[in-house]
Amino acid sequence: MGRWKSGRVVSTREETPSGRSIVLDVPGWGGNIAGQHVDVRLTAEDGYTATRSYSIASADGSDRIELAVDRLPDGEVSPFLVDVLAVGDELEVRGPLGGWFVWKPEQTEPVQLIAGGSGIVPIVAMIRAHAAAGSRARFELLYSVRTPSDVFFASELEGLTTTYGRTTVYTREVPTGWPVLPGRVTREVLAEHTIPASERPSVFVCGPTGFVEAIADWLVELGHDPARVKTERFGGT
Amino acid sequence: MAGFTRGFSGRQREESPELPPGQFLTHDFPVLSAGPTPRVDLDEWEFSINTETGEKHSWDWAALQALAIDDVSTDIHCVTRWSKLGTSWRGVSLDTLFAEVETSYDYTMAHSYGGYTTNVPLDDLLDGKAWIAFEFDGEPLDPEHGGPARLLIPHLYFWKSAKWIRSIEMTADDDPGFWEQNGYHIYGDPWQEQRYW
Ligand SMILES: Cc1cc2nc3c(=O)[nH]c(=O)nc-3n(C[C@H](O)[C@H](O)[C@H](O)COP(=O)(O)OP(=O)(O)OC[C@H]3O[C@@H](n4cnc5c(N)ncnc54)[C@H](O)[C@@H]3O)c2cc1C
Repeated sequence: MGRWKSGRVVSTREETPSGRSIVLDVPGWGGNIAGQHVDVRLTAEDGYTATRSYSIASADGSDRIELAVDRLPDGEVSPFLVDVLAVGDELEVRGPLGGWFVWKPEQTEPVQLIAGGSGIVPIVAMIRAHAAAGSRARFELLYSVRTPSDVFFASELEGLTTTYGRTTVYTREVPTGWPVLPGRVTREVLAEHTIPASERPSVFVCGPTGFVEAIADWLVELGHDPARVKTERFGGT
Repeated sequence: MAGFTRGFSGRQREESPELPPGQFLTHDFPVLSAGPTPRVDLDEWEFSINTETGEKHSWDWAALQALAIDDVSTDIHCVTRWSKLGTSWRGVSLDTLFAEVETSYDYTMAHSYGGYTTNVPLDDLLDGKAWIAFEFDGEPLDPEHGGPARLLIPHLYFWKSAKWIRSIEMTADDDPGFWEQNGYHIYGDPWQEQRYW
């Protein structure tokens, strides 16, 4: 994990109206496992620092890491990362961190991924690692977003449909012609669109606290072994 | 070390000498846990301290409530960098619970409903430093914050304050618990920024 390293922004891309992805070149990074995160430290001219954690969307073993940040209107760090940071800027990063909410290509059991909003970021790393390794482990994603334009990594996720299954739930606004009305993930939706407990999948749930709490409770009610349900909550309440 | 970050000035800050290095103040109460929230009925709830001789000191909910209860006002510090100042809790001091416990071991492992574990030196549980807390802000502790009862060890990072506490085992060595095996510091002093190994 080591000490703070300097990362240089090599590219950024708008992902959603409130979020963007950022690719950093971090000499000496040396790769990370899918699902891990990094601490990002910003330093003001007067020496003040602010540090926040961000999941890593990439897991390719190189010195490049990709983050995706959603702007919190009142936030201190996320508006800077989404609106101000530019190609060529330097940031300090520390990591990779976290050895629990991770997926490794040697895992062969079925995997149910469940993401809400920007909670997709560590999940994308797992999907990418799964594709890169040519893994035959069954992978299913249930992704809850507000509207079609809030999907992070939209075209990439779209393009990968052959190696994994995907269900998207739109909570506020659906694409034209979509067969169901907008609405939150319910226990019924969860039961219908996820790998059943009887197949003993590993389950990764990431998103806002309320979302993760509700989903994790239902998973346990649906018979999943709590020990196989790993969660990551992105701060807030 | 790199210089400053171009264009970043930080926002209007609430500075406070009570804030350990690298922490920022928060006014809400974020939830961080590794898995689903266990739901434990009060009539099934039990807490025990287990020693090296196989002796088990246990309390059910009524027995816990019959002990001396402390009101605790304290600051808490999460390893993910938020701190809350002046939080108020009610609970039973570990001094009370350890009063009759005979042990020659110096370390403990806290075990939770749901399987979570965290290691704490015995010295860090005694002398008014730790509680089994069951109320936060005048209300029964929410399950997502560790209710019905959690460990409260305010002088260490909050992952040491095991939610859904079920037992404390005496151990000869300072063996790593759950997060300690997953990259976090074995001790976790916020003032020393002991976050990760
Ligand atoms: C393991 C992990 C992985 C994460 N991965 C990602 C990721 O991939 N993408 C992502 O976008 N986020 C991620 N997060 C969340 C991220 O770390 C930040 O919490 C998020 O970007 C908000 O930071 P901020 O500085 O913009 O907001 P903050 O300034 O921290 O504010 C957060 C909220 O709290 C309120 N608040 C905070 N301090 C105060 C105060 N002093 N007074 C009043 N209100 C206050 C704010 O109004 C705001 O609503 C992750 C978090 C963790 C723990």
